[in-house]
Amino acid sequence: MDGYIIATVIKAILILAVISALAGFGTYIERKILAFIQRRLGPMHVGPFGVLQIAADGIKLFTKEDFIPSGANKIVFMVAPIITAATAFIALAAVPLLPEFTLFGIDVKPIVSDMNIGILFVIAMMGVGLYGPLLAGMAQENKWGIIGSARTAIQFLSYEVVTGLSLLAPIMMVGSLSLIDFNTYQAGGIGHWIVWTQPVAFILFLISGFAETNRTPFDLLENEAEVISGYATEYSGMRWGMFFIGEYANMITIGFLASLIFLGGFNPLWIIPGGLAIILKVAFFFFLMLWVRSAWPHIRPDQLMWLCWKVLMPLAVINILITGLVMMA
Amino acid sequence: MSLDKLKNRNVGVQNYKMLDLGHTPESGWGKFKQVLKRSVKLELFVGLKVTIREMFKALFMGEMHTVKYPFEKLPISPRYRAIHEMKRLLESGHYRCIGCGLCEKICISNCIKMDTRYDEEQRKEVSDYTINFGRCIFCGYCAEVCPELAIVHGGRYETASEQRASYSNFEDMLTPMDELMNQKEYPGFGAPTPVADKNIKKTPLAY
Repeated sequence: MDGYIIATVIKAILILAVISALAGFGTYIERKILAFIQRRLGPMHVGPFGVLQIAADGIKLFTKEDFIPSGANKIVFMVAPIITAATAFIALAAVPLLPEFTLFGIDVKPIVSDMNIGILFVIAMMGVGLYGPLLAGMAQENKWGIIGSARTAIQFLSYEVVTGLSLLAPIMMVGSLSLIDFNTYQAGGIGHWIVWTQPVAFILFLISGFAETNRTPFDLLENEAEVISGYATEYSGMRWGMFFIGEYANMITIGFLASLIFLGGFNPLWIIPGGLAIILKVAFFFFLMLWVRSAWPHIRPDQLMWLCWKVLMPLAVINILITGLVMMA
Repeated sequence: MSLDKLKNRNVGVQNYKMLDLGHTPESGWGKFKQVLKRSVKLELFVGLKVTIREMFKALFMGEMHTVKYPFEKLPISPRYRAIHEMKRLLESGHYRCIGCGLCEKICISNCIKMDTRYDEEQRKEVSDYTINFGRCIFCGYCAEVCPELAIVHGGRYETASEQRASYSNFEDMLTPMDELMNQKEYPGFGAPTPVADKNIKKTPLAY
């Protein structure tokens, strides 16, 4: 029992450290890839190929004044970014990040807690994460913030139903909510991936995942061109940074979820070992988010609602129906 | 390109073509059909294809647009009119300026100031020559009017300096003696054309 607690604490600290570092590195990757796609160079001057740009940005964020507007609700204003960052990392608790491996004679399961409601927990936590932007926008006494939080509410109401319904069909097939069970279900190689039997669910989940992490076709919350910075207008320094660590951690989580549920998870792929396979898949999803950001325009809030409620939700329901009928037959 | 095509100044009508944008659907059924058509044709993925193509072009085919300016510079035209240069005679190394004062006379912003005197051999000598670059509009008249091709425009366009007098003294603009072998003729405004020798006529004695 003691060993379990120590192992859990070590895993939690490791995940926190690695994922937040990756989230910081993600900002560099995003700037670099967007630059390449626009045939620019991106950050080049701090360190080789600008790699140390994140260190420079981090120093800037840490030393910046922590500004709280006089009219703001101070406690809510201070707590809101913590909600976003914390829930993003809590969501990762139920996600198996790598296959099991042996280190110094101890079998390590790289999952903090293999609970039997894994997917529900992750989705719920990422849903709670939107309280961050919602409260931040309302607490800061700024009209752009209010518009940002109104858009947060719209987005939340729109995509959440699609996320749940699109995942229902794979859950029915696997018969479990644990992500490890999803992984073992697809152990038979590339032909057993759920994406071949549930392509519609995969696409719906990807779309709602983009909405969940407010990536570009649905980046309504803090679209600079329309609402200055939305919910993050009055934030500066590390509190602002926490929103973005949360957002990038969410991107990584969505990448893990999509590859675990639909693309075979951390099963070995041909000659690629399982650990590398899942990292490659997550990297692909991360790249896809940046790629889409560079290519597609973003849509209006009412279009997002139209899309989610009138197109995606009926599709998801029909998909569940057909899956159920096929399973009964 | 023929001459009349070049002289066609009617810009704006000859090369434009209307894009076929289709029509905006009126009814709900029409809108539905349009959405379906666009989804089946996968129009969104055309956008993705274009962006990834640009990325591969930039990374692997050397079509990156960025010029890291202070470290690398784009070439400028030889006819570019930046800070002036005073040329020397290649044979003697003496400056070409004969002190005629035409550049001072023609300068429309009155920024050239020159003083001349006779030296001991009774030849014109430039005793003082400055250009006030705070006033100069780089029109190129001085280079055009100069009969000796002594004052020309150079390619030095980065003109931030600590003093007002930078670049503008006669000695600063004059080609340094050790650089004389590398002195190039100015091909720009006021310079003789490549066929100048052929075009020149002998002055008749009757004049």
